[in-house]
Amino acid sequence: MSDKVTFTIDGVEVEGRPGQKIIEAADEAGIYIPRLCHQPGLEPFGSCRVCTVTANGRPCSACTQPIVPNMIVQNDTAALQDYRKTLVEMMFVEGNHFCMFCEKSGNCELQAMAYRLGITVPRFPFLFPKREIDASHPDILIDHNRCILCGRCVRTSRDVDGKQVFDFVERGPHKRVTVRTGTRLADSDADVSDAAVDACPVGALLRKRVGYAVPVGKRLYDHEPIGSDIEAGSAGKGN
Amino acid sequence: MSTLLETAVKKICKKLDHDPTRLLDVAHAVQVKYRCVSDEAMDVIARELEIPRVTVESLVSFYAFLSKEKKGRVVIRLCDDVIDRMHGYARIRDAFCEELGIQLGETTPDGNITLERTACIGMSDQAPAALVNDVVVTRMNSDRVREIVRELREHMDPRQLVRTYGRGNNSHELVRSMVRNHIQTDGMVVLSPVNRGEALRKALSISPQEVIREVKTARLRGRGGAGFPCGMKWEFTRAAERDDKIVICNADEGEPGTFKDRVLLTEFPDRVFAGMTIAGYAIGADDGILYLRAEYTYLKAFLEDVLERRRRDGLLGKDVWGMGKGHFDIRIQMGAGAYVCGEETALISSCEGTRGDPKNRPPFPAQHGYLGRPTSVNNVETLCCVTKILEEGAAAFNQHGTQQSSGTKLLSISGDCRSPGVFEVPFGTTLKEVLGLCDGEDAIAVQVGGPSGRMVGPERFDGQICFDDLSTGGSIMVFGPGRDLLSVVHAFLGFFEEESCGYCTPCRVGNVLLREGIERVMAGRADPEDLEQFQALGKAMKAMSRCGLGQTSPNPVLTTLESFPGLYESRVAEDPDGYCRSFDLGEAVALAEELSGRTSAHAHAHADTETTTQREGT
Ligand SMILES: Cc1cc2nc3c(=O)[nH]c(=O)nc-3n(C[C@H](O)[C@H](O)[C@H](O)COP(=O)(O)O)c2cc1C
Ligand code: SF4
Ligand code: FES
Ligand code: FES
Repeated sequence: MSDKVTFTIDGVEVEGRPGQKIIEAADEAGIYIPRLCHQPGLEPFGSCRVCTVTANGRPCSACTQPIVPNMIVQNDTAALQDYRKTLVEMMFVEGNHFCMFCEKSGNCELQAMAYRLGITVPRFPFLFPKREIDASHPDILIDHNRCILCGRCVRTSRDVDGKQVFDFVERGPHKRVTVRTGTRLADSDADVSDAAVDACPVGALLRKRVGYAVPVGKRLYDHEPIGSDIEAGSAGKGN
Repeated sequence: MSTLLETAVKKICKKLDHDPTRLLDVAHAVQVKYRCVSDEAMDVIARELEIPRVTVESLVSFYAFLSKEKKGRVVIRLCDDVIDRMHGYARIRDAFCEELGIQLGETTPDGNITLERTACIGMSDQAPAALVNDVVVTRMNSDRVREIVRELREHMDPRQLVRTYGRGNNSHELVRSMVRNHIQTDGMVVLSPVNRGEALRKALSISPQEVIREVKTARLRGRGGAGFPCGMKWEFTRAAERDDKIVICNADEGEPGTFKDRVLLTEFPDRVFAGMTIAGYAIGADDGILYLRAEYTYLKAFLEDVLERRRRDGLLGKDVWGMGKGHFDIRIQMGAGAYVCGEETALISSCEGTRGDPKNRPPFPAQHGYLGRPTSVNNVETLCCVTKILEEGAAAFNQHGTQQSSGTKLLSISGDCRSPGVFEVPFGTTLKEVLGLCDGEDAIAVQVGGPSGRMVGPERFDGQICFDDLSTGGSIMVFGPGRDLLSVVHAFLGFFEEESCGYCTPCRVGNVLLREGIERVMAGRADPEDLEQFQALGKAMKAMSRCGLGQTSPNPVLTTLESFPGLYESRVAEDPDGYCRSFDLGEAVALAEELSGRTSAHAHAHADTETTTQREGT
């Protein structure tokens, strides 16, 4: 068996290794596939669907789909970019995202994705859900208004921290992250040194008292769009 | 008291070997005993099964039939499906509320009776129906509702509500149900009389590969909806590396308007189990699971008995293949109220005792399914076809149907027709012929394939029931003159919104947005550009959703936009003054008014007109 898998993304030949997912091979080749729930090192999750590409004509999530030889992947097409916009707009109207006074602004992957995709305002009416904020913990807080249910904290806590502080409860539009209903973050074994605290792509899970340590203007996505690091050829870290 | 609960919950856990993969059964047993899975019970379960406490909570909050809040001794679940709504659901609901003195979702103050609504319970041919605990009550009217409440108050025993039994096995002593089969056609294949043991005997007289070949020659395609070739699925599963293969029979039958599997399980259980056993032989499995939806709990004891009899007769269990070649047994896994669990990977999650979230594919179940084992998931009707194919040969099976769709199809027909029920028709039968069979010729529209299928208008009634034209897992809903099709669309979207697992963005959010959009259209507050939004949303959901639920849930909107554009166009208009019709200023400022204790003169000056503020400026 060869240790190389050759396939194409938007007509460009890419070489990956057996067992890699499309998104991993693309990252190494310097091709950016938009994504939110994917984070290198974590088990693929496939929930945000922003990374959806077509592989041999069929839609699939690039973060979960393994590469196979001669696969034809379409990534940067007008149709897919429009669907991605639709998804990101859905995330904006589903929660309560007020970027202008959110401390994550500039470091937020959702916001940066919206800019990259050219979204100025969602096409859909805002749902304005009523959601909770849990600031009980001395060093961490979780603001459910901004949660996009990417499961990055859930997976990081489980697989990196070895703790399983978080999980999802309920289903459908009521699905949410919890430490344990009726219990607050303060009562869990979450700690400020947990890797999970840094896993959140948006401003939902936050470290306290450092919100503006890096001033606006000097933040991750203030000058370069999200994905630039990957396109510049270095393997992206995502956050 | 708390120690009592602890002891009881521990006992339940012990009975299931402290096996975390049986968490669903543990939680269900606790629910039955205590009418809830309380915080305290969750703590005990987590400790006993050595799993995080939040995992237990995650599961309990997922399934409709499990609850953290205590339910009444009797739970009445009214079937709130489109068909039931057409047959007087609202009157039934109101009568229950009035008689019980509570609202939907509440429990009587004495803690005795809870009243709830639920999605289709598989009784659309005898609507309006309800589940009273596990007991099915059908064809209710307001008078009967009053009697039911009175009787329940007297004896609190739902079983006593059943006065006359349905025919066939519905009157079996282990069923004793008022459910009627409503088999409306002579059985051609699947509904033909059973020759117990014959198919299995023939299967075992040839090699597993030959069994697969026979099923392939019959060109059998899955009857559960997707139409995947059965023989190919078995071949993949058989070829998978691990030896511990397993067969799962999908009896979740959750697509609203479908009830044919109910009839197969009631009248032809031996045919179903023979099919599973043959599948097990073909793929090389040691065991099988029948995943039975919670709504069909009334069939459980009966089906267990059929299994027991098969074991006794050497048709199941030890040395069933003969000559010491191994054993094959079947267990029944009960669902707990979740439509998405009919999706095969969600079904596997549920069998593994977790939330019914679908899984990422690949790996496909054939390689890596139930607990990592190579798994073949087959529908009840598909397995009945298997039994017939082995019994009478592929050629006999192929006599029916078309080249692409061989054999027959069971249809569950409900709605505005004089003879609702189960029909067996050869593939290729036209919708017009189907409407003739069920006495529904004056239909203005037919929903083929349930909410996830398509709404078909009279101009397409010459279409054929088959995989490449009008494809259906069995659900056929007939809508007669005067029916408001937009409210049907609205109900379907509400169903998907409730039943979405919530894992992926497009389905979790898209169904809410579509449902709200249709509400704007119905209220005459939609702009023409809303219709473009529906298209954009629907297309994105189809392409981007993670499983078949989200990939098909926009169909009610997309197919009616295509076949019944008038439904929308008549209610959507450009505002003459260029205002955005969907924006309601009064509603938008209501909270601000409440908080400030003042009323907005501007908002209320326009309160009665449909439009207020221009779209710009947000
Ligand atoms: C949301 C959803 C619900 C489904 N419900 C059922 C069901 O109730 N019964 C069923 O047999 N298949 C159902 N399916 C199809 C299954 O995923 C699967 O294709 C089928 O069980 C395979 O069996 P078959 O090949 O014999 O049809 C459902 C699919 C989806 C996406
Ligand atoms: S489409 Fe997505 S949210 Fe909907 S049921 Fe499937 S996985 Fe869950
Ligand atoms: S990044 Fe692949 S689904 Fe979210
Ligand atoms: S800017 Fe705050 S969550 Fe994105």
